[in-house]
Amino acid sequence: MSEATPDGAILSASRVSKSFGEIPVLFSIDFDVRPGEVHAIIGENGAGKSTLIKILSGFEQPTSGSIIYDGDRAVLPPNGEAEARGIVLIHQELNLAEHLSVTDSIFLGRELHRYGLLDLKTMRERARAILDRLDVRVDPDARISSLSVADKQMVEIAKAINRDARVLIMDEPTAVLSVAETKTLFEQIRRLTEQGVAIVFISHKLDEIMALANRVTVLRDGQLIATMNTSALTPDSIAQMMVGRELSNLYPPKKEPDVDAPVVLSVRGLSAPGISNVSFDLRGGEILGFAGLIGSGRTAVAEAVVGLVVPEEGEISLNGQPVAFSDVRESLAAGLAYMTKDRKGRGLLLNMGLEPNLTLATLPKHRRGGFLTASSEHQALERAVRRFDIRARDPSVGVGQLSGGNQQKLLLAKCMESDPDIVIMDEPTRGIDVGTKQQIYHIIAALAAEGKSVIVISSEMQEVIGLSHRVLVMREGRMAGLLEGAEINEAEIMRYAAGVKQGEVS
Amino acid sequence: MSLASAGTDRLRGMRIDLKTAGPLVALILLCVLGYSLNPLFLAEGNVSNLLTRSAFIGIIAVGATFVITAGGIDLSVGSMAAFIAGMMIIVMNWAVESMGVSVGTVLLGIGCSLILGIGAGFINGFLTTKGKIEAFIVTLGTMGIYRSLITYFANGGTLSLDSDARQIYRPIYYDSLLGIPIPVWVFIVVALIGWVLMNRTAFGRYCMAIGSSEHVARYSAIKVDRVRTITYILQGLCVSLATIIYVPRLGSASSATGVLWELEAIAAVIIGGTVLKGGYGRIGGTVIGALILTAIGNILNLTEIISNYLNGAVQGVIIIAAVYLQRGSFRAGRKKTPAQ
Ligand SMILES: Nc1ncnc2c1ncn2[C@@H]1O[C@H](COP(=O)(O)OP(=O)(O)OP(=O)(O)O)[C@@H](O)[C@H]1O
Ligand SMILES: [Mg+2]
Repeated sequence: MSEATPDGAILSASRVSKSFGEIPVLFSIDFDVRPGEVHAIIGENGAGKSTLIKILSGFEQPTSGSIIYDGDRAVLPPNGEAEARGIVLIHQELNLAEHLSVTDSIFLGRELHRYGLLDLKTMRERARAILDRLDVRVDPDARISSLSVADKQMVEIAKAINRDARVLIMDEPTAVLSVAETKTLFEQIRRLTEQGVAIVFISHKLDEIMALANRVTVLRDGQLIATMNTSALTPDSIAQMMVGRELSNLYPPKKEPDVDAPVVLSVRGLSAPGISNVSFDLRGGEILGFAGLIGSGRTAVAEAVVGLVVPEEGEISLNGQPVAFSDVRESLAAGLAYMTKDRKGRGLLLNMGLEPNLTLATLPKHRRGGFLTASSEHQALERAVRRFDIRARDPSVGVGQLSGGNQQKLLLAKCMESDPDIVIMDEPTRGIDVGTKQQIYHIIAALAAEGKSVIVISSEMQEVIGLSHRVLVMREGRMAGLLEGAEINEAEIMRYAAGVKQGEVS
Repeated sequence: MSLASAGTDRLRGMRIDLKTAGPLVALILLCVLGYSLNPLFLAEGNVSNLLTRSAFIGIIAVGATFVITAGGIDLSVGSMAAFIAGMMIIVMNWAVESMGVSVGTVLLGIGCSLILGIGAGFINGFLTTKGKIEAFIVTLGTMGIYRSLITYFANGGTLSLDSDARQIYRPIYYDSLLGIPIPVWVFIVVALIGWVLMNRTAFGRYCMAIGSSEHVARYSAIKVDRVRTITYILQGLCVSLATIIYVPRLGSASSATGVLWELEAIAAVIIGGTVLKGGYGRIGGTVIGALILTAIGNILNLTEIISNYLNGAVQGVIIIAAVYLQRGSFRAGRKKTPAQ
């Protein structure tokens, strides 16, 4: 089982190339996956990972090359035939109908019938059982639109598990999941591989790859770099293969914060839907991390501060002045920017190009005499592309066609367009490759060094630890603790986040 | 990577051209057809008549383009036009009675129309944004209200403008400037302003953003409610302008005034390539759409092949065909790209 030959493979791609219009994105890729193994695909943003698996599952047709399924050359049409034949894909971007219930979504297209009518009862019970197995606490009757992004992802996974897949392909399923959820997902994946299901798995989190995958395929700029057994690799060697250079110091050195720096943002006793009695101070030049489980209310705090949600109680002051923002325009004007974690639903207009997305929140800057000046918007995009290394092979395409990581970089650029003094970044590196992560961490550190203040909300513990001067841990809508200095470590954060330890809360 | 701005520019320009080309080609074909059926179609008198007629629907449709682009819909425009026309006539007749007739009478009527149009638009906008009622329901309601009010004020019959006042008012519909009828001038100016507003100002960009995703707009520091309300106010203003040039034509208003204008306006917008569910608006397309709709009626008037009574049916077929073709070409375009 050690050499990478298609022998025994259930699904393989042979010399697959793909171009969108004139733009090539994959060059003659060979890839295969065997029953019972986890084969990970990694690579930088825009390397072509999603495109490759879309070809493997029939959502895109290769420009040349072929797909072999079960020993036969197969043409997989995008109409779901692949799914009927046992190849199930979980897309990088969530793909659920917002108005359906959880049960409806899990059984969509494969509804159970009884006497010619829908068998609602059995479907609900089965949905319940699958969700329980995944440890997801959502009501099978809840509307998809009412779920958090993480729960939506878990419903997608439940849906896929319910399909009796022979090949299960997952595009960054863990990007929106917390550590605990990732763990249950991995347990389920192992259970599936024991049953002989072949798994293709994309992730930017190298520790996950090391823990889960049997083999790893590395793509760079649409080229196949290597397919190797995981046992022969270390996270560093994978990273190096991915970006083609050595990656040292993922996190920039922490600059000691100035204890005398003025408090720029002060929140006292803030309560809003989902949170109660949250208080904290943010100083100039400080990076404050927000840790906690998914759903612990971190986003709700941010949204209440910037005026997206009206707080029920509590005071917020900016540079000593009490403020009560009622919409984002006001908070943005006051130098406070919030970057949402839901880039698809809240962050970007997927049908529009890069430029209108970048400047949307700051259009007044590009006005002269009441009219928009195209050249000024062009320049803004050129600057942003350079600063955030946004890779769009064709900048006029809709943002929805950018690779996920490049969408994230564009969102970050959009947030920084207003040149804010205080930035709240919600999951800033979701779906971003390690190389770019490093760049973004350096950008964040540079902002702090300039005297700007940053709040980083992140479910990636390492990120919070590596960046923050202080870490606020939240649990079930309340502050569980505030960590400083040497206290900032994984064990301590977990203790507060899980409720083992309860800190003194002012 | 490099972003050659000139290249991007050229690309974008070409794309817009291609997309606008569809309705334009349809209009040209329609003109060729009209001319071959009856050469009178392109006679100067008929062309200027056609353009004048299209001005009503066209002006209203420019407003509708904003409403639809921002993800709304306004069904009340036809009734609103009838109501405003009726109120203008009542006010002007009253002014003639109490103060005698003068240019001021007409100016009073025009002022009354503008206020009513803006007010009616504001009411639609306010109810949909602050009242959080769906635009379809709100404007269905106001549509019924205005229609019933005009019927009530006209006592079920017709309101007629005082003949002296009409004499002063007439030129606004019947006169020309540099050989172009006044209503067409108004149409041109409204369309130009609309185009600039849609494509060259933050407001237009906001409309498209809201229509694409209200959430994203809200998170992007856009005052969604305010922008939405303004689109309805613009719509009301456009209805008011259309009514101002419509009243001198017949000098009367009744419950039959403006019937089905809302559908014609929406049809013009959609034929022009604006997306009904919002997010993408094209003023140029709307203008062409209005011309196409008017041209169909005009051709049927000039020929005897199809009964004039079937005007609505032909329009219906054209609307469905236009939308089908647009969607079809979209699809084909998408399919073609990866296949190369
Ligand atoms: N439908 C499309 N039309 C045009 N270009 C596309 C389309 N889909 C993908 N691309 C381009 O193909 C390239 C590869 O994209 P892909 O989504 O496969 O990257 P990825 O490796 O999954 O990246 P990420 O880690 O950011 O998700 C990108 O440059 C992207 O812009
Ligand atoms: Mg991807």
